[in-house]
Amino acid sequence: MTETVIEVVNLRKVYGPTVAVADVSFEVRRGEIVGIIGPNGAGKTTTIECVEGQRRPDAGQVRVLGQDPQDRAALLRERIGVQLQAAALPPRIKVWEAIDLFASFYRRPLDGRRLLEEMGLGEKTHSLFMKLSGGQRQRLFIALALINDPELLFLDELTTGLDPQGRRMMWDLIRGIRARGKTILLTTHYMEEAERLCDRVAIVDHGRIIALDTPRNLVRLAPFETRITFQVENGLDTAALAALEAVTRVERQGDEVVVYAGDGALGRLVRALETQGCRFRELRTQSSSLEEVFLGLTGREMRD
Amino acid sequence: MKGYRQIVWVHLKLLMREPPAFFFTLIFPALLLVFFGSVFGNEVDPESYRRFGYVDYQVAALSGLIIATTGILGIPVATAFRREYGVLRRYRATPLHPATYLAADISTQFIITLLGMLVLVLLGKAIFHLRFAGSWPSVLAGFTLSALSFFAAGYVLASLAPTGRMAQAMGQAIFFPMMFLSGAAIPVQIMPASMRRISELLPLTHVIQLMQGLWFGEPWRAHVPQVAVLVTMLVVGVVVSAKTFRWE
Repeated sequence: MTETVIEVVNLRKVYGPTVAVADVSFEVRRGEIVGIIGPNGAGKTTTIECVEGQRRPDAGQVRVLGQDPQDRAALLRERIGVQLQAAALPPRIKVWEAIDLFASFYRRPLDGRRLLEEMGLGEKTHSLFMKLSGGQRQRLFIALALINDPELLFLDELTTGLDPQGRRMMWDLIRGIRARGKTILLTTHYMEEAERLCDRVAIVDHGRIIALDTPRNLVRLAPFETRITFQVENGLDTAALAALEAVTRVERQGDEVVVYAGDGALGRLVRALETQGCRFRELRTQSSSLEEVFLGLTGREMRD
Repeated sequence: MKGYRQIVWVHLKLLMREPPAFFFTLIFPALLLVFFGSVFGNEVDPESYRRFGYVDYQVAALSGLIIATTGILGIPVATAFRREYGVLRRYRATPLHPATYLAADISTQFIITLLGMLVLVLLGKAIFHLRFAGSWPSVLAGFTLSALSFFAAGYVLASLAPTGRMAQAMGQAIFFPMMFLSGAAIPVQIMPASMRRISELLPLTHVIQLMQGLWFGEPWRAHVPQVAVLVTMLVVGVVVSAKTFRWE
């Protein structure tokens, strides 16, 4: 059994009339990447900030590396690295000035220049923060979060606003950080990011965790496993398709047909279409992802 | 005090990269001195200035103006922008002690204010044969008391302003009338009596009276009202800003 580095029990946080986090419990073990995913306003940031010690919970217990992040804030801040969603640097600070400045806050900082090299910012050390691209800024924030060689790293919506290529680069970077033995707790609203990057994913909605498991196990919670779409040219008996074994649901809009199905439905479906004498084209299959899990669990799309 | 030296150094460099901060603390007062100095000269004028000339009065007065610039504009604007940009929040996520941050910020602003005064003194000496009849430790003590009182007010303003732009607007609304009415830009000696009465109500006027008095070698006990005003402002400012300071 690996050591538990984060333990959250019945966390609750309220801002005036708004319940940001209703009741959240989870654990993170050493060496894991755990993602918190959910729509805007689900309570992701409030949760991660309570764990970081940035906010005081209204109820519940939080333990980070065995300590209370409120009582032992100064001690814990030496051992954790934090990238905040809504935080930046002065526009005219130079990259090397920022890393040296933050290094001076810690007892045993790493070599800042080398860290910048590793983050691909070696050629930007003399640039002003305001001149950096979105991706470069985020990599600088990671460098700042790693300057004290933390055991535990918090990343809040690190890839929001990055283009797909920048996002992929960031994933490689985070995998590299994990390979150095760090534990990572992150929030994201990209399902793909959670699926590709995280060992375990907590899906949150309205301040509660509605599912927490490995991405592979979570996908099994989807109401169907595969979505098969195709175009038809002539008559089609949708009721006959819906009656097929392993088919969950059939939808038709004009020429386009969508079949939601489980394992092994594709062969039966194609045979049934041939039996009906139905001509079809552009048949595509798509495995369900966390998007569908969220849809299945909440009854609505996550991207609202 | 881990990080103190580094914050002071980086924040000083950042101030130097902000054209308005640089201009209003180091250039603008010097321009005023050179301009009005060229107009009025620095001849001893027994009628308005006793044993001294216009520039002698004005160097002390403009030092007060720089203190007000840093306190009423510099500190609120820098603090509110750092808060708005999330810089303060990011500092809070490190082991940096809040007191260290505050000490470093006050030191930075104090250094830049002192630099501004140094520029005036050097210019005054070089161009106008500046006279000085006080003692430097005494003038520095008066300068420090005045600066800290205005800085405390600045942190109160920083707490009141919701954004950096608002801090700018609020600061300017206080600063410019005070600049013209306190004798910092235009000598009180040439103001009509009604304006002088308003002038007496402004904290900056008390700074200028204290600085000019100490500059000409008057004893501290001749300036009890000024010291009382500034100490009150300092105490109230520290108490209020300690209660209202926001990191985000």
